[in-house]
Amino acid sequence: MHDKTLAELSAGLAAGEFSSVELTRHFLGRIERFDGQLNSFITVTAEPALAQALAADERRRRGEAGPLTGIPLAQKDIFCTDGVRTSCASKMLDNFIAPYDATVVAQCNAAGMVMLGKTNMDEFAMGSSNETSYFGPVKNPWDTVAVPGGSSGGSAAAVAARLTPAATGTDTGGSIRQPAALCGISGIKPTYGRVSRYGMIAFASSLDQAGPMARTAEDCALLLGAIAGFDPRDSTSVEREVPDYRAALGNDLKGLKIGLPKEYFGAGLDPAVAQAVEAAINEYRKLGAEVVEISLPNTGLAVPTYYVVAPAECSSNLSRMDGVRFGYRCDNPKDLEDLYKRSRGEGFGPEVKRRIMIGTYALSAGYYDAYYLKAQQMRQLISDDFRRAFETVDVIMGPTSPTVAFNAGEKTDDPVAMYLADVYTIAANLAGLPGMSIPAGFVGNRPVGLQLIGNYFDEARLLNVAHQYQLTTDWHQRAPQGFE
Amino acid sequence: MDWETVIGLEIHAQLATRSKIFSGASTAFGAAPNTQACAVDLGLPGVLPVLNREVVRMAAKFGLAIGATVAPRSVFARKNYFYPDLPKGYQISQYELPVVANGHIDIELEDGSTKRIGVTRAHLEEDAGKSLHEDFHGMTGIDLNRAGTPLLEIVSEPDMRSAREAVAYMKRIHELVRYIEICDGNMQEGSFRCDANVSVRPKGQKEFGTRAEIKNINSFRFVEKAIDYEVERQIALIESGGKVVQETRLYDPDRDETRSMRAKEEANDYRYFPDPDLLPVVIEPSFIEAVRATLPELPEAKRQRFVSEYELFPYDAGFLTASRELADYFEAVVKAVGAEAKLCANWVMGDLSASLNRDGKDVSDSPVSSAMLAGMIRRITDNTISGKIAKEVFEAMWNGEGDADAVIDKKGLRQITDTDAIEKIVDEILAANPDNVAAYRSGKDKLFGFFVGQAMKATQGKANPQQLNDLLKKKLSG
Repeated sequence: MHDKTLAELSAGLAAGEFSSVELTRHFLGRIERFDGQLNSFITVTAEPALAQALAADERRRRGEAGPLTGIPLAQKDIFCTDGVRTSCASKMLDNFIAPYDATVVAQCNAAGMVMLGKTNMDEFAMGSSNETSYFGPVKNPWDTVAVPGGSSGGSAAAVAARLTPAATGTDTGGSIRQPAALCGISGIKPTYGRVSRYGMIAFASSLDQAGPMARTAEDCALLLGAIAGFDPRDSTSVEREVPDYRAALGNDLKGLKIGLPKEYFGAGLDPAVAQAVEAAINEYRKLGAEVVEISLPNTGLAVPTYYVVAPAECSSNLSRMDGVRFGYRCDNPKDLEDLYKRSRGEGFGPEVKRRIMIGTYALSAGYYDAYYLKAQQMRQLISDDFRRAFETVDVIMGPTSPTVAFNAGEKTDDPVAMYLADVYTIAANLAGLPGMSIPAGFVGNRPVGLQLIGNYFDEARLLNVAHQYQLTTDWHQRAPQGFE
Repeated sequence: MDWETVIGLEIHAQLATRSKIFSGASTAFGAAPNTQACAVDLGLPGVLPVLNREVVRMAAKFGLAIGATVAPRSVFARKNYFYPDLPKGYQISQYELPVVANGHIDIELEDGSTKRIGVTRAHLEEDAGKSLHEDFHGMTGIDLNRAGTPLLEIVSEPDMRSAREAVAYMKRIHELVRYIEICDGNMQEGSFRCDANVSVRPKGQKEFGTRAEIKNINSFRFVEKAIDYEVERQIALIESGGKVVQETRLYDPDRDETRSMRAKEEANDYRYFPDPDLLPVVIEPSFIEAVRATLPELPEAKRQRFVSEYELFPYDAGFLTASRELADYFEAVVKAVGAEAKLCANWVMGDLSASLNRDGKDVSDSPVSSAMLAGMIRRITDNTISGKIAKEVFEAMWNGEGDADAVIDKKGLRQITDTDAIEKIVDEILAANPDNVAAYRSGKDKLFGFFVGQAMKATQGKANPQQLNDLLKKKLSG
């Protein structure tokens, strides 16, 4: 059962080949058996999952099942889940049991999906390797000495190892796409505002966006349809109809114009990764697409811009973790200042502290104009690059990550090297554009991801472009060994 | 040396919405601690603010009422600082682009002239919660019911030159926000409070002196006393060779003094930046016009109209327009009586206001309705009762004994206007007091009052005073 895609599982449930309870038991069994090697889950919710599965089977008997009813999934531990610990992979929220469901979670529940548990991640989504988690690093199922990417590394590893058919992720600077690439799965970061942020613990509010992670583009289409849409509780969500993403998967690619930004193929890109990406582009030529070189001249500004905007917003967003109302509180505080200093000093990990300090500095009087304001101007330049590009092309393609998965510990002492790993993914967040990563080959035994960036609210096209490639290739069907 | 005081006020008016500025929780006052704080107010991880449209309408209404610009685009910003009753570690406020800018309001000075006070800006923000230091044995309790309550912070120009001017300005704003029904003005519950920025400078100097900010003053009297104290403190300090430091001070009404709020100087850097969770507030001209259509006649315009239309003295017009309810009451009385606006004004300002004050009632729950008072005044103008008897009628109406006609009938207070009847009484009195009659006729004019008194006593005050006077004069002279 675990080799089936979400679409196949949906069909199997509908045909009565298996029940949701059987399916849920199967995946819970796999988590039990294999997650010791991966550490992809922070919390496994076996009992509530079985109760949800039972309810899903009952719903099906009543004839009220939808396409996702009874299908298990894992939620990234950044989404608040009513009555279940929501830790954000931090000591700070180790004891935090959310009293409400995030909108994304509520929508999955409403569709009748079964939550297997909460996946591991970088602490407060800050990291590109899943090494900053308070609950320990996640291993890449393709090679357990390698990182799975981050911050949605637990979700990516769990999907890749077939511990869950699908998972949710969040992407602030590549946190869906980069781990999807490094773990050989598919993942889409929708347009900013497409999916509600309510109940998703904020890292950088103007960049954060939730999205699905699964094995295929078709599965992503199914799941995105369930979680997308306007939410009156999120002022930045957009009131715009959600198309039937799955129905849009049948279009051929004749005449599709693909732009390759020359800046995405320059220095820093691993030649072996470049080779795999070029092979994928050739596949698209065969499918009838027209490929042109384009330029995104301000690409070099993306990483520095991001590392002002994201820390600035996070320094403010994380202020509520003060030891007063919820979360970690230090023992025996002497006074208020001691309570703040030690609760935060002991509750946050080093990467989170680093970003809070950078952000606090960037927003300080006398520096605000030089950093935050300047970064907002750079952000506009980056958006303008894309606007011009989409006047002539339909989709932008390139590598998701400059390298395949690196080894654990390799970049932990060099934060800047770690930050540079996000060079291709960050710009889409700054511009608010949808981006996707799909499997496109291997370097050795480590997967390569192809990135697709679309115009605003063009998710349907992105998913179809990815799907057409997956109809003629089998990279997305490869499974890591050792999890049979 | 002669000193000049410079004062600017920041007034916090709580907007009278039913729910909070960024959540659906109730704003009702007095609930048990933390029962009116939802996930958004508690600042739980993951929650997001959603702007209450009503607060924008109210702010726009205020802007129009003070002749200000209502910004077509304003932006919410985060003011970052740590405090236990500030749940998110930042307050959502407006910083660079407030919703209202460049307005003014006129105050009246003691010499009767008016002075225009500039209102630099008014911006929307959320209130914080409350820290409770008593009853927790060395710990602090946090009540977040008030967190997220909508506030309009109204910032004046440093245009006031005395505590009295500051109070006059604060009263005008207080009157206005209640007039346009955006704030209940309840100062005890903290719905209307102010911070005063006070500095002094040698008379004639252009540059401002260093100012101190007196925080959270919640009565007109305290504003005056706090500023007076602070001005004296600063002058004494400078004259003895000291320097005023820029700081936040607190007024202690028990000791009538201001005290520095912080033991050590803290440099506050609030690290303002636009709140990425909220979109800019875009106000269309059509929205502004719709709000404008809901504006009532404003106090100043009403005052002027009362003077010209009803021929009232400016003081009386000011008294009657101090609240919209009182002004409406007065106009209802005038309308029902159909004339005699001055007489109506005297009754509203006199017996009615005195009774309201005595019993601590608002005009809206006066036991004597405007129709009842009008009915009584009509009985004065048609000579059914005298003004003096009317006081007795009013008191009876106040005590629930029915309307004027019922009281007059029940108590037999109808005025005696029958000349023969009055003449008969006058004759009896003159006959019974021959000595006084003689004395009067020999020049003791003052005795006239004695005869009026006797006649009134004999008629229980019901004799028509004019007729009585005329008759007495005639008979005594003759």
